Amino acid sequence: MTQPATGDIQVTETLDTTGLLCPLPVYQAATVLGRLAPGEVLELICTDPGSLEDVPALARQRGDALLASEMSDGTQRFWLEKGGSQ
Amino acid sequence: MTSPAFDLAADSSPDSGAQPAPRRLAVVASKGTLDQAYPPLILASTAASLGWEAGIYFTFYGLDLLHEERFRKLKVASLANPSGPVQLPNLLGAVPGATAAATKVMRKWMKDARMPDVPEFIDMARAVGVKFFACSTTMGVMGVEESDLIEGCDIAGAAAFLDYAASADVQLFV
Repeated sequence: MTQPATGDIQVTETLDTTGLLCPLPVYQAATVLGRLAPGEVLELICTDPGSLEDVPALARQRGDALLASEMSDGTQRFWLEKGGSQ
Repeated sequence: MTSPAFDLAADSSPDSGAQPAPRRLAVVASKGTLDQAYPPLILASTAASLGWEAGIYFTFYGLDLLHEERFRKLKVASLANPSGPVQLPNLLGAVPGATAAATKVMRKWMKDARMPDVPEFIDMARAVGVKFFACSTTMGVMGVEESDLIEGCDIAGAAAFLDYAASADVQLFV
């Protein structure tokens, strides 16, 4: 998948789960995604190594789009676009 | 057998066209120790976060997780628990205070890792719609009254849970 330049993504809301372990990043991300409108974007910051697999799984299961992801120094950033009809 | 026919009928009902049925997780929580309280609550609250239906059947010692007083006082066994937070030979694991020590260490681990405690996890699971089944046989055997349990539990026997689990995509026993 070709990632868009992350600076070009229009972020609706940012959630920082630094220091939190599974299931909290996914649980909190789902709470935010639940209140976004389809097409809006959540920027999610995680440090739980499990989030590397968990966040793509969250997007797959919920039907959201993982637009892009970035890793550096143990911190992961994900851009999730809420799915559903706009 | 009537159950497959029932499912097919549900799938072809006129109003089922727009949204496919969500996935479903059914978990049995059979243990009442602090360490074993977490897996069913983590799995069910995660399933609900993924957009699934999720239900937990609390049975035997697992019913303590729904008990308004006992769910605050769950312990970690120091005896016959070679992986426990306090590593003791069984002979010492049986001495008074060993269970309390193991429990204290586990609580500190959880707190330091910023993990919610069991009552908080129960609230989190409930907030995302996880269904709580309280085993009626356990209640009868162990003398637990409905008023001893937290609010919002369905008191149910095995048939009711199996009816729920029969439509689940994932079924687990903890």
